[in-house]
Amino acid sequence: MGILDVKNVGKRFGGLQALGDVNLSVKENTVHAIIGPNGAGKSTLLNCLVGKLIPDTGSVMFDGQSVLGRTPYEINQMGISRVFQTPEIFGDLTVMENMMIPCFAMRDGAFKLNGIRSVESDTEIRERAEAMMEDMNLAEKRHMHSASMSRGDKRRLEIAMCLAQEPRLLLLDEPTAGMARADTNNTIDLLKEIKQKRDITIVIIEHDMHVVFSLAERITVLAQGTPLVEDVPENIKGHPKVREAYLGEAAAA
Amino acid sequence: MLGLNKKDFTLLLIVAALVVFAPFILNPFPADSAMAQFNAGYPDLMQRFVIFGIFAIGFNILFGLTGYLSFGHAAFLGVGSYSAVWMFKLLSMNIVPAIILSVIVSGLFAMLIGYISLRRTGIYFSILTLAFAEMSFRLAYSVLTPITNGETGLQLTLDDPRILGETATATGSIPVTNFFGIEMRATEVMNVGGWSFQFNNGYYMCAIMLLLAFYLAIRIFRSPFGMMLRAVKSNQQRMNYTGLNTKPYTLAAFVISGMYAGLAGGLMASMDPLAGAERMQWTASGEVVLMTILGGAGTLIGPVLGAGFIKYFENIFSKINEQVLHSWFHALPDGIENAVVWVLEHFVGSGWHLTLGLLFMLVVTFLPGGLVEGGQRLGRLLRRKDAEKKTATQSTPAE
Repeated sequence: MGILDVKNVGKRFGGLQALGDVNLSVKENTVHAIIGPNGAGKSTLLNCLVGKLIPDTGSVMFDGQSVLGRTPYEINQMGISRVFQTPEIFGDLTVMENMMIPCFAMRDGAFKLNGIRSVESDTEIRERAEAMMEDMNLAEKRHMHSASMSRGDKRRLEIAMCLAQEPRLLLLDEPTAGMARADTNNTIDLLKEIKQKRDITIVIIEHDMHVVFSLAERITVLAQGTPLVEDVPENIKGHPKVREAYLGEAAAA
Repeated sequence: MLGLNKKDFTLLLIVAALVVFAPFILNPFPADSAMAQFNAGYPDLMQRFVIFGIFAIGFNILFGLTGYLSFGHAAFLGVGSYSAVWMFKLLSMNIVPAIILSVIVSGLFAMLIGYISLRRTGIYFSILTLAFAEMSFRLAYSVLTPITNGETGLQLTLDDPRILGETATATGSIPVTNFFGIEMRATEVMNVGGWSFQFNNGYYMCAIMLLLAFYLAIRIFRSPFGMMLRAVKSNQQRMNYTGLNTKPYTLAAFVISGMYAGLAGGLMASMDPLAGAERMQWTASGEVVLMTILGGAGTLIGPVLGAGFIKYFENIFSKINEQVLHSWFHALPDGIENAVVWVLEHFVGSGWHLTLGLLFMLVVTFLPGGLVEGGQRLGRLLRRKDAEKKTATQSTPAE
């Protein structure tokens, strides 16, 4: 039993079987990567975990509780945070405000009509947000409009916002997609640092093999909606099936 | 001060000064001068300024913060008016219970419409609110005639019960609206030189309400709730994946702005105790959208400015007619005078909508942030000029 257990999950879109029969178990406090060629069903699987999609069959258990039938915000409140392929942040708000929102969500729950007290006077929230920004090297940019930041900084902010909620499981959907090499390396270092500092389970979907092999402790290879193999990185590299389905393609390209 | 930071408190003081001294500010021309028709300092119009100011402030809480564009807010204004008039008919002519009821009823009505409309976003939400408002208008106009008195509109009569007040005054007329005995229609006139300034009780009642409404809006803007509403506008996806349920936030904003509209409607009926269905028509809903955008959506003072601007145009420009134009241009040669008047008369009188439309187009094209952005640009320009002057004077001795 891991913290996240996916059993016999299947999802069909019209005539396309996006996920066949996926079984996956993620152990607590590990970094688990899901890799696979385009169209393998990686994103569909992730969407099934966070409540964006409801699988046709199977079950998804997080920490002994089913996530199926719950809305994304309920699943988040259970302790699962998600980082998107293109950073999803509050672009119209400043970095500081971006940081404060997850702090409010964590303290006040999914909804609280707090329309009279000013944000400025809420020192508890401000301190939490400041500490998190300090931790993630965002403090100097606190008054910046988040939409005007670089891609790397947006990614950093998004991860910081997720971590501010102290999730037990962090899902990353191609966190380095579209990034320059330097930004990619920074992101790898950032994730390594996060893993060192906290008790957190990370599930990462990634295209970039460099990222996968520098972070993952276990790797699941997905092809055509079904898991091919699941093993430690050393064994995945040389695995003939994987070479055929995925690495071979990449090498040929 | 009052739980506001310095900047917001200054803004509140400015608005307070503007509304308190409005009878002077809006009356810059002597009563018998040719420019007197540009005076707006009479009770009726001043009341409309502040009432529509309240309406627009409330609308801005929904549209300015969450970005949800409601095209049916006049329905809540109408509901507020009907509730208030019913209170005058049944209970008493005191405006307090009337206004309380109109805020409550329009709040409940907003909850119903909001609950359904907020299932959709963007244009679908706008269309749903528009549809509901049109339905409300039709209901008020014909179906619900026993409650709304149909196309005649709901009026006070001499056989209304008014259980806590009196059915008719000693002289046999319908009693007037009051605030614990202070009559709303009573006006004090002060004559200074050629000027005559009018101080109306009803106007000051509305002004106090506007200040309260404005103060509450500032508090909402600066609160965690206000921040969440801006977050809804910015990225709903991220809201959901941050463990926040956007629905109750948007519904609360919708209901609050509906209550503001109800307050405006209740005040309108308190100043002039009748309510008609045309108050709920879609053009009235469109007007508040124009006010908010023209003034500056999402800003605190913008909607108030926009409301004042549009109401001024509506009442002042619409009064200019052909004769007035002829009297202005009579110095020109006849042919040219007639040509100029012919062109201009389409933009004044009943054609004032044309002028408003042009202005709206110009503002939206060149000042997307509305009048507030115009003010800010002007301020920056002046400051830059100021700075240039300083550097110029500083550099002269060096040369």
